Amino acid sequence: MRHRLLLFFLLAGAVAHAQDLRIAVPYQRFVLPNGLNVILHEDHSLPVVTVNLHFNVGSGNEKPGRTGFAHLFEHLMFEGSKNVPEGKFDEWLEAVGGDNNGSTNPDRTNYWENVPSNALELPLFLDSDRMGFLVDAMTKEKVDGQRDVVKNERRQSYENAPYGMASLALAENLYPAKHPYSWPTIGSMADLSAASFEDVVEFFRLYYAPNNASLSIAGDITLRDTRVLVEKWFGGIPKGRPVPPIDAPPAVLTEEKRVVLEDKVSLPRLYIAWLTPAVFSPGDAEMDLLSNILAGGKNARLYKKLVYDLQVAQDVSATQGSASLGSDFTITVTAREGHTLSEIESLLQEELEKLKQEPPTQRELQRAINQYEVSFLSRLERIGGFGGKADLLNHYYWRTGNPDYFHEDLARYKAIGVEDLSAAARTWLRDDARVVLSIVPKGKTELAAIKQGGK
Amino acid sequence: MNLPALQSLTLGNGIPVSVMERHSAPLVELHLMYRCGTADDPDSKPGLASLTAAMMMEGAGARSALDLADAIDFLGARISVDASHHTTTVSLFTPVSRLDDALALLADIALRPTFPSAELERMRAERLTAMKQWKDQPRTIASVYCNRRVYGDAHPYGRPGIGNPKSLAAMRVEDIRAFHAQYINTANLNIIVAGDVASSALLSRLETYFGKLSKGPGSTPALPTVQQVKQRRIVIVDKPGAAQSEIRIVRVGPVRATPDYYALMVMNTLLGGSFSSRLNQNLREKNGYTYGARSSFAFRKGPGPFIAGAGVQTAVTDKALAEFMNELRAIREPASEEEILRAKNYVAYGYPQNFETVGGIAGEVEELVEHGLPSNYFSTFVPSILAVTADDVRRVAAQYVDPDAIEIIIVGDRKEIEYGVRALKLGDVKVISVEDALGYE
Repeated sequence: MRHRLLLFFLLAGAVAHAQDLRIAVPYQRFVLPNGLNVILHEDHSLPVVTVNLHFNVGSGNEKPGRTGFAHLFEHLMFEGSKNVPEGKFDEWLEAVGGDNNGSTNPDRTNYWENVPSNALELPLFLDSDRMGFLVDAMTKEKVDGQRDVVKNERRQSYENAPYGMASLALAENLYPAKHPYSWPTIGSMADLSAASFEDVVEFFRLYYAPNNASLSIAGDITLRDTRVLVEKWFGGIPKGRPVPPIDAPPAVLTEEKRVVLEDKVSLPRLYIAWLTPAVFSPGDAEMDLLSNILAGGKNARLYKKLVYDLQVAQDVSATQGSASLGSDFTITVTAREGHTLSEIESLLQEELEKLKQEPPTQRELQRAINQYEVSFLSRLERIGGFGGKADLLNHYYWRTGNPDYFHEDLARYKAIGVEDLSAAARTWLRDDARVVLSIVPKGKTELAAIKQGGK
Repeated sequence: MNLPALQSLTLGNGIPVSVMERHSAPLVELHLMYRCGTADDPDSKPGLASLTAAMMMEGAGARSALDLADAIDFLGARISVDASHHTTTVSLFTPVSRLDDALALLADIALRPTFPSAELERMRAERLTAMKQWKDQPRTIASVYCNRRVYGDAHPYGRPGIGNPKSLAAMRVEDIRAFHAQYINTANLNIIVAGDVASSALLSRLETYFGKLSKGPGSTPALPTVQQVKQRRIVIVDKPGAAQSEIRIVRVGPVRATPDYYALMVMNTLLGGSFSSRLNQNLREKNGYTYGARSSFAFRKGPGPFIAGAGVQTAVTDKALAEFMNELRAIREPASEEEILRAKNYVAYGYPQNFETVGGIAGEVEELVEHGLPSNYFSTFVPSILAVTADDVRRVAAQYVDPDAIEIIIVGDRKEIEYGVRALKLGDVKVISVEDALGYE
């Protein structure tokens, strides 16, 4: 990330019976001759409009030795282009009351600008100029400058943050060395130093072409006028070469790996991670619901046992990290003083076994689904920023082919039964295919989770 | 900007209710805002307001802590209780279809918490552990020490809201019961609602739960007076092996009620309140010292702190600090009309975004109610910002940003940074441990 920073239709009776809610975001989609995908959505509830630009490139498209490049490039996108002098991208947007940011993940890079609706043309100009004419104004000094900023970002979020190196160690052990999910989006310090000006030009020509991008505009707009503006600003940008598919080796874990790291922390923390089904593929929603049943709220199984009842842990979380080439599911537990990670692990293991043997109760499942349903409703509140409607329209389009996938997305959670959850736990949360990472205070490796005998 | 009207209603017993309707999603945010908070902690029991707030979720009415959490989660609703300096807010976020069920739970939490002693023991252990973990977090250490340094342990703004290990260890259920009885009662209550509701239907529901209660005692003690920072002093908090130095520059700022509020918003935006602000442009974009530099005024009932800061590479700690000083001096000089206009527009025309979500609206209304701002405040905000002049900006910079009277706090690796920081000759330099900074072992 660069900074640190309705029309939905309700069917009759939907308000009284939330289970009948149909969540939909009407849109118009068209494709320019140069291949730019465009999605428009009208919402006149506030005099605000957002422009969201999605490039289908992320750290997953990188090569070993050049990690962190997609994200470094995201930073360079704000440093000026042919008709936008350095520093003016932010200044001009702020001068109309606008806000902007961008983010990179393994699968995509997104950019957004929120502006008052009378200023819509400014972000269209800014985005088209950097899509069409970024390298015309690129210099080695700009690359060096943002290289330093990104290294600072890495220090702040990884090196200088307690447990900050955990996600790197997990990725490295879950995926084979040449798999693009084996390295972090932020990249390694060595690779950031190695990135060259030529890399910038090549990356831009290949991935930042209109045929690899999608423009989503939502808010206080009229469809016809907005379409005219999009054609005016983006129609002249030439189409690029087809983007080569990602050549990733299969990610399969065939054993349990145990890793121990020492860190400047007071309490030991245990991470257990598995490879799980890709975003929107069968099993993905099951794992999401399992994360809630294990760690979402006081009555979630791991929370109740480890944090609430026994009080051997300070916190517990479980997440399905959904991504295109495959997902990972991670359980994280911080031990209280006086407790080892081996002790935590065996208690955790008991709960996982229970879940594999016997389905959760209907109430547990319904409680989880009800919480997801509200999170879907709240996605309709914002048009802009990360996770606003414009961002989701782009996300859904690229991952499912349907920008308005809101209802289908929720429906896949509602279709899951309690037996499915046990089956998913048995299939995906195997003891013999996972990474067990212990992060312990410096010099206290005896607190790490050691292999339990007899299983 | 055309916002829905802010409706001011009253329950039968006089409790004020503020409603702003927004119908873009079938959601409701409802806040019970009590005028009491960590500033009302007895000096002998810092952390009491915060612990009381947390304990309200640990059993209420006929429900245990687990049953209560299950009931809320089953609705898909979210309820939390948070104590800030001068308010304690019970917040509800729910689909409108489940508002009735959620309101019943909310009323139990606010009016009938049970404060079980076993839950207090659990909460105590959790908080003591969290405080232990603070030692690992450079940014938390910087934040805690900034406040202690400027306000001192005797002022509520100088203390962490959750108290300290000693006070927490001494807390009893009776203390919590007494605090709840004295402060979390209808004499101190405002109800704030935002979302997909009609105020008329809402009012009768609220009457059921809150309309028949008699008012409790209530009271709001005065804040101790604050001494402004008088000279420039530097403290290095030694964090051996830190990959960055967390720099903070702090002094006492004005109260929320200051007539300079709008001018300060504009001045701070160009100093360190936006991406293209001077601090961020200098330290991040021009010099590459940091991922981000910023500044802010904490506007409260009493004079809150002004804080500027950044996490910078260890090796450039001294250079970064010198640039902070340069910018604090330069902001007192006249700024260009263009720069001021940009800052004004950024604050004014970005304002409608605060009203996108029901939570955002409730937050805005809560600020209005807490500080007694006029009911037309939302519609006067934009013109008030646009009316700020270059003279105003220079005047408030000169008045509130004095680079000769600041506390400078750096959490970083002493052996790497001390020499360079001393060489700047900015003032007396003291080195302390993380434990000294936090105030406990």
